[in-house]
Amino acid sequence: MERRAFLEAAGKVLLLTPAAAAALEHGLLGSTENPPEYKQADHWWGMAIDIGKCIGCGNCVRACKTENDVPLEPYYFRTWVERYHVNPDDQDHPEVDSPNGGYDGFPEKYRAGDGTKNFFVPKLCNHCAHSPCVQVCPVGATFESPDGVVLVDRTYCLGCRYCVQACPYGCRYIHPERQTVDKCSLCYHRITKGLTTACCETCPTGARMLGDLKDPKDPIHEFLRVNMVQVLKPQMATGSKTWYAGLDGSVR
Amino acid sequence: MNEALAAAVQGFMYPNEMELQWSILIVLYPYITGLVAGAFILASLERVFKVQAVKPTYRLALLTALAFLIVAPLPLQLHLGHPERSFEMYLTPHTSSAMAMFGFVYLWYLMAVLVLEIWLDYRKEIVLKARSSTGPMKAVYKVLSLGVDDISEEALRLDDKVGYALTVIGIPSAFLLHGYVGFIFGSIKANPWWSTPMMPIVFLFSAIVSGIALVLLMYMAVSVLKGQEIDMPCVDTIARYLLYAFIIDFTLEGVDLLHRIYEADESFASLDFMVHTKLFVSQILLQIIFGGLIPIGLLALTQMVSLSEKARKGIYVLAGTATLMGIFAMRWNVVIGGQLFSKSFLGYTTYKLDFATREGLLPAIVLLLLPFAILWGLVKLLPPWHDETAEKAV
Repeated sequence: MERRAFLEAAGKVLLLTPAAAAALEHGLLGSTENPPEYKQADHWWGMAIDIGKCIGCGNCVRACKTENDVPLEPYYFRTWVERYHVNPDDQDHPEVDSPNGGYDGFPEKYRAGDGTKNFFVPKLCNHCAHSPCVQVCPVGATFESPDGVVLVDRTYCLGCRYCVQACPYGCRYIHPERQTVDKCSLCYHRITKGLTTACCETCPTGARMLGDLKDPKDPIHEFLRVNMVQVLKPQMATGSKTWYAGLDGSVR
Repeated sequence: MNEALAAAVQGFMYPNEMELQWSILIVLYPYITGLVAGAFILASLERVFKVQAVKPTYRLALLTALAFLIVAPLPLQLHLGHPERSFEMYLTPHTSSAMAMFGFVYLWYLMAVLVLEIWLDYRKEIVLKARSSTGPMKAVYKVLSLGVDDISEEALRLDDKVGYALTVIGIPSAFLLHGYVGFIFGSIKANPWWSTPMMPIVFLFSAIVSGIALVLLMYMAVSVLKGQEIDMPCVDTIARYLLYAFIIDFTLEGVDLLHRIYEADESFASLDFMVHTKLFVSQILLQIIFGGLIPIGLLALTQMVSLSEKARKGIYVLAGTATLMGIFAMRWNVVIGGQLFSKSFLGYTTYKLDFATREGLLPAIVLLLLPFAILWGLVKLLPPWHDETAEKAV
């Protein structure tokens, strides 16, 4: 082969690779499988949490692990509950614990009337509208669905863990058997059938509330209107869609 | 395992944070990529900026860069949960992902810059060897020549022109290659230890420093092994460039550190605690003192005082080794250090390095030695020094 011909051929191969990749990205990525009556464009999901109502029973953690095949051993959670113990004079240094993610409830540790502030904070994926985890995934295995849920395609995930690093809230873990990332899917298999999430279903006090922001009759609108609400780490500007009523400034 | 994880934790970490995500293998990745970029930039000094003194190291630097570049993706591959899916990064890249785009930067640099430049530079020798060799080696060189056997004056002049152009393109490409590695970390806003626009530039200059140190040591070692005299003007020049690059690198890192200390944002208490405890040895002692101030001091000494040849050689070996260790410590402090504190800023954990596991010390050592084995092969195949016997045979 002439050197010129070789260089031409090599140049074409190099130029075509990204072009072919872009074409594949647009052509081959399918959409999620939903029942025919469910239209993704008609929904925009989020979660509202009322801190004052959470009693730290751990029902949500247990229900989530059962519903979503989350490994039972500690340190793998799609949702978990943290207990805050705050000295009102030292807001910057709260004492926080989450034994087994709150799966077994919380053993009594603090006495009422000792002058401190104590409360529980349920946590889950914030289903951010500008998700840093989605941004960094090298293959697009994690993505924002048109109805506002951050999902993972486990048949596509490389297990590179970049998204785990990028999530400011610690919501992701690597599934020990599958070696792919896992996180809260907002019980997508349930909500697309008209059900609520497993955690909301089992919460005895109604501290958690799934909301569809595109449904004008959804009570989440009232919740967001009457309560002083805040998202976790607002400075991260991730467009979090998990709103907390009564969120203390000490919560991280 | 759970008790061990819990025992390593002080304070509070989010439950999913208990497991460290990126191991020593991910420390190797920026380290090795940095050596590549640095070695290439040194090589380009001769070609583009006509620094004649470093000419003896030109080809060795290129081959060193290639040997390390071939190994660079291996630690990543070994770390993946599903390595069999890694090629998806090329087939269906997610364009907003720094990691996905790195794949293309890597490929561009490997194929379009480094391999092509080496091929053009060696083309004449490859053709001559294809003519003079016998047996299987003849076939190897035939394949390497890619079927092009025109070594007329005119063809070689064209090679030289294209090679020059490639080096000119190669310099920003090498900057891109390693600046980009810095961006992979620096763009993660969730992690205050990583998230700084300084990260790409700090990575870049530390890469140049480590690459120059590596080529300096390699050249001295190869000369000794071949029983040749070390070309002192050459090593003196390289050492001088090492000093300059190191001063810039150290200053940049110092600016970053000062800025963090003075601004003292929400993460500062956490990071400050870490540097004084868990990272004290690797950050203060190994990176800043033994891997920074001491080599800079030693190299500065050779510039200020007139020393004997023997003393200078000793200093270069010492400073080069300390530099390579210091830059490794820097990579360690970034990658591992960035995972030792909770994103809640309320707790800390410890990294436990295993030995003979998939992401343990043993594979890390093997991966660090592998480029030298590849380089040995490359040097055998494409000797960086002029092979007079082959030329005579023709």
